[in-house]
Amino acid sequence: MAVTVKLPTILRKHAGGEAKVGADGATLRDVLVDLEGKYPGITKNVISEDGGLHRFINVYVNDEDVRYLGSLETEVSEGDTVSILPAVAGGQR
Amino acid sequence: MSELDGVFYKEIVEQGLREFPNECCGVIAAEKGVPVKVFPMKNADASPVTYRLDGREQLKVFDEMDEQGWELWAIYHSHTHSEAYPSETDRRLAFYPEARYMLLSLTDREDPVFRSFLIRDGEVEEEELVIT
Repeated sequence: MAVTVKLPTILRKHAGGEAKVGADGATLRDVLVDLEGKYPGITKNVISEDGGLHRFINVYVNDEDVRYLGSLETEVSEGDTVSILPAVAGGQR
Repeated sequence: MSELDGVFYKEIVEQGLREFPNECCGVIAAEKGVPVKVFPMKNADASPVTYRLDGREQLKVFDEMDEQGWELWAIYHSHTHSEAYPSETDRRLAFYPEARYMLLSLTDREDPVFRSFLIRDGEVEEEELVIT
């Protein structure tokens, strides 16, 4: 399945400055593996050390938060848009 | 040096006071480097010591900025019991190096302090902020 992946600014340096790139896969995990193959280092901070989705990264498939779908195993369809959006978070502690 | 319209500043202070003692948060959009809109947003943590934008609201606002051709100019939040300086958590979670991180301290609610920082690779650099 060919999907469009929208990248946050912080990841664009891995993809030659592009804001949107194409990738292939049947699940979100496949799409990220495909991206990593094309743009090494791009998923380093998206997937955590335990192989899951990083706690401070939100990923949406067509505006649906994948945490409420199947996380990295969420299935994607031809033409879907995958948005990677790091959390905006912090605080005095 | 950055300039922020006093109307926008007032909006942020009012939000901070309204949500006190919890931290408030939001973003400021700009068009060609000039701030055009403040988006006061929900603190999904609803906490006096942390903040996190609600993911869906963040996606909606970021999409709106894209559609309007606006850029993410600043991310702001309040510290209700400490100074207006990025905490260790703020530095660690600064995933938007293109934006300023603005902090509103409400330690003295009669006399708020608002400061602006660039946080890149964990390094904090203050920039002069002029409220016009």
